[in-house]
Amino acid sequence: MSAPMALSVRGLSKNFGAISVAKSIDVDLEAGARVGLIGPNGAGKTTFVNLLTGFIRPDAGEISLGGERIEGLKAEERVRRGLARTHQINTLLTEENARDNVAIAIAEREKFAWRMMRCKPQWRQCLEEAQARLEAIGAGAIGDRRVSLLPYGQQRLLEIAIGLALKPRVLLLDEPAAGIPSSETHLIHEALDRLPADIAILIIEHDMDVIFRFAKEIIVLFQGAVLMRGAPADIAADPQVRAVYLGRTVV
Amino acid sequence: MSAPTPKPTSPLGEMTGPGRFSLVGHALPWLVIAAFYFLVDDYLGLGTQVMIWVLFALSLDLALGYAGIVTLGHAAFYGLGAYAAGIFSIHVSQDPILGHFFAIGVTALFGLLSGALILHTTGVTFLMLTLVIVSIMFEIGNQARGLTGGDDGLQGIRLDPIFGVFDFDLWGHTAYIYTAVVLFIWFVIAWRLVHSPFGRSLDGIRQNARRMRAIGTPVWWRLLAIYTISAAMAGSAGALSAHATKFVGLSVLSLLTSGVVTVMLILGGTRRLYGAFIGAAIYYIVQEWTAQISPYFWEFVVGIMLIATVLFLDGGLMELGDRGARLLGGRRRAGGGE
Repeated sequence: MSAPMALSVRGLSKNFGAISVAKSIDVDLEAGARVGLIGPNGAGKTTFVNLLTGFIRPDAGEISLGGERIEGLKAEERVRRGLARTHQINTLLTEENARDNVAIAIAEREKFAWRMMRCKPQWRQCLEEAQARLEAIGAGAIGDRRVSLLPYGQQRLLEIAIGLALKPRVLLLDEPAAGIPSSETHLIHEALDRLPADIAILIIEHDMDVIFRFAKEIIVLFQGAVLMRGAPADIAADPQVRAVYLGRTVV
Repeated sequence: MSAPTPKPTSPLGEMTGPGRFSLVGHALPWLVIAAFYFLVDDYLGLGTQVMIWVLFALSLDLALGYAGIVTLGHAAFYGLGAYAAGIFSIHVSQDPILGHFFAIGVTALFGLLSGALILHTTGVTFLMLTLVIVSIMFEIGNQARGLTGGDDGLQGIRLDPIFGVFDFDLWGHTAYIYTAVVLFIWFVIAWRLVHSPFGRSLDGIRQNARRMRAIGTPVWWRLLAIYTISAAMAGSAGALSAHATKFVGLSVLSLLTSGVVTVMLILGGTRRLYGAFIGAAIYYIVQEWTAQISPYFWEFVVGIMLIATVLFLDGGLMELGDRGARLLGGRRRAGGGE
């Protein structure tokens, strides 16, 4: 294959004291990939995302983004190179309205955010794009509303909108449907269906409906190591996977 | 844009935090400052002091209010600015403008270096380090008698007329106007700063630094930048104090000075800029009036006011204005509300 992978991970390892939370993990995401990452609680899924995004330093391993090595970079530098994430627990700016949350991310992407004087046209441009992005994800109506007053499902949508606003090459979705009442899961399903085709996406999710609908490939993580990877149907049928994980849930 | 474009914001642009200002709201404090000059001639010295504290509180609002840098060390910058301006006038040049810029430069540099040293920490650790820095500065000011006059204070400051024209008169007319102009310039800078994309990112860092890193914000650099600007501003206030009184007392570097400016800011309201005006003014007015009753009484009154403010007025005394405006049928901010 000539073109470099959107994201390529080799031998990623991390120990917390004697506990190994990531054991030589290898993962490849090609452009436009839709990969699901599953595993029981404590398997190291969120740790893996934190390692990828630079919120935790790995002990060993290589991470390449579009062929460029990034494991030595800080979290914010990785974001600027095209690796974005959403958080399992919302980390929104709760005092701002939804549109400003997206606009602040756009200002950062466009490198307006160092501007100290008012520069209205640039900020207006950020606001307009922010509104367009909210509409694209089916949340155009919440732009004016203060985030702390939004229902949880809408906040989850906003997390995704902010991730997309960074125009990432790779987007890591950390449990986008977590905590959403079942009456609102369709919002997330629709948002996921509308994600741009060229972005490589790694999705972590406990909700198997979401995973099996969305992912073309699934990686099973168990005790910090990749247990298995394959097509969703194969994963669902695998006895070992069922034993460690799926067996405890209704598929 | 087509369809439901963003709702046009008010003419004053996109605000952060609570409080939108009408033109009247903007004009009011400056009209008061101008009126004071013409009406209360006997108290110009007091008015100058209040404006200097307003500027100092304004500098703290940038760091503490907007960026969420919880510091008790701002007296280090205020005091350093005062000493720098005073020492410059004694040993180098009596030009007040030159001395003022020198003081700003020195404090900005000190803010940059001390910020670089301690801004990687947060919370209580950071607070302790700011206390350490201001304590060290105090002790240096105390020990370096040859330069600072130690606890006798720095005396013998002499100033040329501003631009060679406006002499610092005994009645404080020049000092008052000079201070008002400097305050206005800094206020405009601060206002534009907090409403810029840079200011929005600081507000974001205060609310959730992790979120800001996740959208690619170099959090440490942003904080260092505003810390430096805030230091320069506090140093400017110190320089004004040295010039207006032609004296620098060691107390400018004391922890109590940091405490007083923090009380003023919280009393008036953080993240509002004009909160610094209200807080410093009220503090001084209460001090003047109640001290006539008993020399210790004013601290009691200020204490009660502070407790009441913190308990009942989330946004400081400025909140009272907001509530009043709302009662009068002012438009509620879209998506806002406390």
